[in-house]
Amino acid sequence: MLLILVGVLHRQVGGVVADPRLQTWLTVFVSVLVQAVPFLVFGVVLSAVIAVFVPRSFWARALPRHPALAVPIAGVAGVVLPGCECGSVPIAGSLIRRGVTPAAALAFLLAAPAINPIVLTATAVAFPRNPEMVAARGGASLVVALLMGWLWLRLGRAEWIRLPHRAHLDGLPRMAAFWAACRHDIVHAGGFLVVGAMAAATINVAVPQQFLHDLAARPVLSVLALAALAVLLSICSEADAFVAASLSQFSLTARLAFLVVGPMVDLKLVSMQAGIFGRRFAARFAPATFALAVLVAAAVGTVIW
Amino acid sequence: MNRAAQAVVMVFLGGAIVRASVTDLYLRYVKQGLRPFLVAAGVLLVVAAVMALTQEIRDRHRPTAREDDEHSHSGPAVGWLLLLPALALLFVVPPALGADTAARAGSALTDNQDVAYPPLPPGDPARLTLLDYGYRAVYDQGRTLRDRQIQLTGFLAPGPDGQPMLARIVLSCCAADGIPIKIGLRGEVPHLPADTWVRATGRWIPHTAKDPVNDSDIPYFQLDTWQQITPPAEPYE
Repeated sequence: MLLILVGVLHRQVGGVVADPRLQTWLTVFVSVLVQAVPFLVFGVVLSAVIAVFVPRSFWARALPRHPALAVPIAGVAGVVLPGCECGSVPIAGSLIRRGVTPAAALAFLLAAPAINPIVLTATAVAFPRNPEMVAARGGASLVVALLMGWLWLRLGRAEWIRLPHRAHLDGLPRMAAFWAACRHDIVHAGGFLVVGAMAAATINVAVPQQFLHDLAARPVLSVLALAALAVLLSICSEADAFVAASLSQFSLTARLAFLVVGPMVDLKLVSMQAGIFGRRFAARFAPATFALAVLVAAAVGTVIW
Repeated sequence: MNRAAQAVVMVFLGGAIVRASVTDLYLRYVKQGLRPFLVAAGVLLVVAAVMALTQEIRDRHRPTAREDDEHSHSGPAVGWLLLLPALALLFVVPPALGADTAARAGSALTDNQDVAYPPLPPGDPARLTLLDYGYRAVYDQGRTLRDRQIQLTGFLAPGPDGQPMLARIVLSCCAADGIPIKIGLRGEVPHLPADTWVRATGRWIPHTAKDPVNDSDIPYFQLDTWQQITPPAEPYE
């Protein structure tokens, strides 16, 4: 039955995609995914290892008591959590649940998806001629994460954060919990990755090169445009460097803004934050992070290039 | 989306990735170096799916605590979208980028790479990539190309004036960042449909044009002979 359906589909679909423009769209769509899947899968597996085999209380013990000191430690600790932003939202939620000060958990939330080894390796692979992009991305992202953490200490209110009551990995045997975490993250993050790849392919095929060419020629506008594009495309941080590399008509500073904003603020991330921390939190946190990320990326880019 | 559905989606995606990477199909989308990682990721997806199915079957035989399980194992509907790339890879197998991209995107020769160009490789004709030919022709004024027979391999793409050009797509990572390199043709130009692959032998000529899309340089090539070939397994440079 399934095989017959598949056979029929094969004929039908083959006929529909004879149009060259549509074929290009499909090729770009599939290639973004093929490129991203290994990074996604290994990121998910490693973050499942940490989520299941490292006791959560470890994080609380490892951080200094004083919140202002816990922020940089938690931010830098993002290095050891190889995963994309979809994985770090629930982890930040569980850190807060375990008694970590929210400012530190938020610094971790913002830093982890941008400065971990898998994402930085992907960035190095995507920018073979500009190795300084790796340092610029890591540095700018860490600065934004720490500033947001300290900003939360000054201005944040505990009642903005509302965590849901649920911990679905607790109570399962370890291996079962491990595979459940993998499956959960792959389906969550993978589904949103498909949305991002479709948007990226559409932009790649539909937006006239001339338009991007004109936009890319204006320094300030191009930084804002790519920062906004990062929010709209919502590409996983493990794959976004490859998309940034493809936007080659834009300045490196504009592409840095894309790489710094993307893992911190995008459509799927804001919806996940609203789901896990509450709407009142997301409505304040996301715009502030966006503004800060654009400013820091522009500053770092101006200094380097 | 329940656990069994998630497992089915992961089997499709993992299977599609493994199939594309054990054949040469993956070369249409990404660089060769990714192959071992693709195989490993595809296998891991299938293993994760099998583990999920085993759990599912085990839980079905254990009627207690169904409600709680139901809640914690459900996933977002967005996960269904993972079927799209899997089905595209299994049943459509989109072609490598070609003349459509060459027509829409500007050519790659935009920035002068200030390097010393070594002499051409030995051989008559000398085999060059289109990118290498382009750099030598435009930024080295053809110094290393003079008095040599040269062989270029690429596909035909209609140029802005309607005349066929020889083109190839340059990838740095995946097809999303593919940029065309275009070479204008002189002499007995083959009038074949776009996307036909040819192996062309000829000489450098001191003539360049501008690509109207992005003002990049398009060097020219004097054709002596050409032959139609089957598309290579590695379609990109």
